[in-house]
Amino acid sequence: MSYQQGLYPIIEKTAIAKNTYSFTILAQEIAEMAKPGQFVHVKCKGYFLRRPISICEIDRKKGTLRIVFEIRGEGTEALSHLNVGDVVDMLAPLGNGFDILEPDKKAVVIGGGIGVPPMLEVAKQYQNPMAILGFRSASAVILEQDFKQYGRAAVSTDDGSYGRRGFVSDILNDYLKEETPDIIYACGPAPMLKVLKQIAKEHGVRLQVSLEERMGCGIGACLVCACRTKKDGKESMSHVCKDGPVFEAEEVQF
Amino acid sequence: MADLSVNIAGVPFKNPIITASGCFGFGKEYEKLYPLSKLGGISLKGTTLEERAGNPAPRIAETPAGMLNSVGLQNPGIDHFLKYDLPYLKDKDTVLIANIAGHSVEDYCEVAEKVSDSDIDMVELNISCPNVKSGGLAFGVSCQSAGSIVKAVRSRCKKPLIVKLSPNVTDITEIARAVEAEGADSVSLINTLLGMRIDIQTRRPVLKNNVGGLSGPAVFPVAVRMVWQVKQAVGIPVIGMGGIATWKDAVEMMMAGADAIQIGAALFSDAYTPLKVAEGMNAWLDEQGIRHVSEIVGQVKPW
Repeated sequence: MSYQQGLYPIIEKTAIAKNTYSFTILAQEIAEMAKPGQFVHVKCKGYFLRRPISICEIDRKKGTLRIVFEIRGEGTEALSHLNVGDVVDMLAPLGNGFDILEPDKKAVVIGGGIGVPPMLEVAKQYQNPMAILGFRSASAVILEQDFKQYGRAAVSTDDGSYGRRGFVSDILNDYLKEETPDIIYACGPAPMLKVLKQIAKEHGVRLQVSLEERMGCGIGACLVCACRTKKDGKESMSHVCKDGPVFEAEEVQF
Repeated sequence: MADLSVNIAGVPFKNPIITASGCFGFGKEYEKLYPLSKLGGISLKGTTLEERAGNPAPRIAETPAGMLNSVGLQNPGIDHFLKYDLPYLKDKDTVLIANIAGHSVEDYCEVAEKVSDSDIDMVELNISCPNVKSGGLAFGVSCQSAGSIVKAVRSRCKKPLIVKLSPNVTDITEIARAVEAEGADSVSLINTLLGMRIDIQTRRPVLKNNVGGLSGPAVFPVAVRMVWQVKQAVGIPVIGMGGIATWKDAVEMMMAGADAIQIGAALFSDAYTPLKVAEGMNAWLDEQGIRHVSEIVGQVKPW
């Protein structure tokens, strides 16, 4: 794993939903190194700690990264005020990324809310991926058309204002009645991941999840972003930034 | 080029910049960004006799100009450190400082003994961690307990001994004098200030541990004041830390009385802070016509 810290220009900025922005950033060397599921650690002007934001797309030819983030607090709000031509102070690419199988394998990617963006680059690694995307309501739906460029996509909303009323787990359960994927990938709120872990276990399908936790250094030195994991019967405190953010779901103690 | 070298308790440092314990792990992660040889020294992650899992997350909360942490001394234990982490570090051409903590006087002594026969250059005794119930702070808040633990460890530690002091006391100079009297070779200060943040929506503390240690630029003036007071109270070298983020901060801390400085939380804003501090300090000394960095130590001219 290799990473670097520097200033990188924003070459495209779009507001893709209420309080949700997409930045395309020119960062040749980071794009070369980056893998699906990794994240960038971004400095927000005026705030002490960096913010971890997952990588949504990697374009090695153009040397760009795309990140999609939601305004969660004052730091991400400050970030949202940056414009094309401004530079972003990033430490990246960080974390381990998803384990990608052969392109012809059957993969399902599942995103909940702001957990949707990192799944896009994963979906792009497969010939016919199935995307299951969950949102609070119609106004929060993002990236559906992007996923449809690379495969199938089904959307659920909590209030039924768009797509199917309910949760991503409802769509997954129906999907699993018809098909058995080789792997499922997921990112979203912990309760969602916990339910998916149970479903994947029942169906004997491998599930990789991307976790979120408040971070400090982002590279595994400060040990603040702890999560409980269990491997080979031994429970331990792993760190989302370095040991993750991607974990085998069966190892995560939700 | 000014001469940045300093000597702390007989140990030569190429520059006065040390990364602070808990913020730099065992060095591996930051070495992907720059060689560790650029640093005067590394104060390694606090290590205890047995492995410790630490506190539940969230362990960090942002604050105005700083952060709270409640890691709780997560570490692999001293034996694991000596066997798997130290061999990697020993040829990095920087001073290695083992930061040690424990539950009891005997714990501290055993760890100090184990470290004494290793390639570690110095020991930093952590009697000031606010994040574990018996993780040291209990020893660091009274002159008697601080003095007695230093006396016990001193008799069983063959390495130069730095004692890391807590700011969560009424008079830090009394504690500094007490540890000096029992044989400390140097003091480092300040550890974090105990703090708290609450999410007003959930009415829950942001940290799962409820309280945690405050660090970052927010604590810098407190640290400068305490270093200044301690410098006047003791004769042993003082290592100053607490909120240093720029070369100007480092110069200020040295003028207050620090013979060397440590950089911690600022690493999370900018991983290159220690290198930028060294460069900036060097340029300023040249500009001022000061040949040796030690010439500025304690040179504040109080009113």
